Amino acid sequence: MKKKTEVCISLLLIGLLFLLLFILEQRLPRTHMLFTVLKKGAIYALVGVSMNLLNGFTGLFSLGQAGFMLLGAYTYGILTIPVAQRANVYLYYDGGIIQFAIHPILAMIAGGILAAIFAFLIGLPVLRLKSDYLAIATLGFAEIIRAIFQWDKLGPVTNGSNVLRSFPIYRSVLFYFAVAVICIGIIAFMINSTYGRAFKAIRDDEIAAEAMGINLAHHKRIAFVVSSFFAGISGALLAMYQTNIQASMFKSAMTYEILLMVVIGGIGSITGSCISSFLFIACSEWWLRFLDKDTFIGDFHVPLLRSGFRKVVFSVIIMIIVLFFRQGIMGTKEFSVRGIYRWLTRRKANKQKGGETVG
Amino acid sequence: MTWLSRNLPYLVAGISVGGQYALIAIGYTMVYGILRLINFAHGDIFMVAGIIMVYASASMPIYVSIPLVLILTVLLGFTVERVAYKPLRSAPRMSVMISAIGVSYLLQNLVFYITGGLTKQYPALPWLGDSVTVFGVTTKRVTFVTPILTIILVVLLVLLIKKTKIGMAMRAASKDFETSQLMGIKINSVISTTFIIGSLLAAVGSLLFFTNYTGVSPTSGAMPGLKAFVAAVFGGIGSIPGAVLGAFLIGISENLIRGLGWTTFQDAFTFALLIIVLIFKPTGLFGEKATDKV
Repeated sequence: MKKKTEVCISLLLIGLLFLLLFILEQRLPRTHMLFTVLKKGAIYALVGVSMNLLNGFTGLFSLGQAGFMLLGAYTYGILTIPVAQRANVYLYYDGGIIQFAIHPILAMIAGGILAAIFAFLIGLPVLRLKSDYLAIATLGFAEIIRAIFQWDKLGPVTNGSNVLRSFPIYRSVLFYFAVAVICIGIIAFMINSTYGRAFKAIRDDEIAAEAMGINLAHHKRIAFVVSSFFAGISGALLAMYQTNIQASMFKSAMTYEILLMVVIGGIGSITGSCISSFLFIACSEWWLRFLDKDTFIGDFHVPLLRSGFRKVVFSVIIMIIVLFFRQGIMGTKEFSVRGIYRWLTRRKANKQKGGETVG
Repeated sequence: MTWLSRNLPYLVAGISVGGQYALIAIGYTMVYGILRLINFAHGDIFMVAGIIMVYASASMPIYVSIPLVLILTVLLGFTVERVAYKPLRSAPRMSVMISAIGVSYLLQNLVFYITGGLTKQYPALPWLGDSVTVFGVTTKRVTFVTPILTIILVVLLVLLIKKTKIGMAMRAASKDFETSQLMGIKINSVISTTFIIGSLLAAVGSLLFFTNYTGVSPTSGAMPGLKAFVAAVFGGIGSIPGAVLGAFLIGISENLIRGLGWTTFQDAFTFALLIIVLIFKPTGLFGEKATDKV
């Protein structure tokens, strides 16, 4: 199959996906659980892929994702709350000091850029550290960012530890998908470029990569900054989805959750991260929800079912995947048009061969 | 002098919290020393010990429930290692760490399910929970007991590691995992012992910690666990004296920050301190120098 046809078919499939989403949105009520899952899934797919760029493709074990999401979410919120609403939101800070609002999409990009700038600054000292030390240092920075945003002296800008709300949001699931698809596309493009090959070389062996003339510091910094940029964008999307922001949401538990998604999808697989984030969100928010309700089958009261049981079952499932499917769903493979084509043609070829022997 | 008298309550509280962090940090640092694994579930084992105490003391007298808490916590630590970490011994380090995160997630959700997500009142322990006044500082007796008990336990542990056969095996395993196996060390029993010691100290730590804080919730293990881990990294992960020193430093400095009225930055300061130390000494205060082999 030619490269050109492959790209065409991929684009066609993405187009079909959007068409399907559009039809679904016209048909089903807006409050349907499916849309919750799709929106949140798209957001987590984006942040999952951005984390995969670092942990899976560059081999930098970073746990700062929640902090960068917080930066994106807050930038978005702060820059887009309509001026008329500011007095209501910044109740304790006389309406805050920022008295303008910009277009949501510009604010979203600004969120990404701020996260990237922070990542650049944090990266200067931190990226020299190795494996676990890097992990704990980035985790620490995420916590420091969270504390700064809760500081009441910065209240006129960040609203302290109070909720930011009333900012404009996009309700359509199409918007979330569009942003996620574009961003993931850019990351995928990057991974398949010279930069991506350098990242993989660093992951496989730092010393060998350096010997081949790859500038370690430069490439690590680029991976870190790019990953944080997209984490910032997904933070802005999360703000839109939740319609309000509070710094206490972005705890390290959030980073762990994203890491679990990445690992379940397969470290080093973009499509794996996407698939697993949708499955993860669907399981934890939707499909297992029946476990939380008291249920009677006839007169039989099903034991154990009450609030919280869903999460227990869910974590057991995760443990089973972690213990018995170490490679995750996709391993390092990718789900691609070419792969399906090859798989189909091979089956056809096998069938023909089988036919001949019988004949 | 006036600074000292004003800050004495915070200093005392800091030393006490430091002792509690030290007891948790030892579990992190020992496991890391041998398995090179950040045991993310350790903080949650500490929290589960608190929950067991809540339920045990509701139906049993205190002198039965305390040993029961210690035994059950040790069993939990042992089981977690056998079920979640042992099957992954030959797997890449990342998988084991993910498994640890999975266990942490599971324990938190399990406790959430059992308690219904409510913060449980921690029982008031007799004697330990009594108020005493020393140097004009009124506090619970546990504040003064903690550092002493911590030091006694650490000395015992160091003796165990330096003088006994199992201690020698632990040192060998942390030096070189594979060679020690070749030398006939039963690596699984060494690792189990490490987890047993770690969980026991975490259980003692939880008795002391929660006596000061009165409430246990599913997430109350996360922050102390993270702080204790930071303490272990701070001191150079893998080194027991380093972890203890780091824990005391972190406990004291975070309480002095609180004394200055900067409560928002209490947690952030810990991490800032850690990052500064890591920049100048990338393997912590007492950490082994890591060398890259080609």
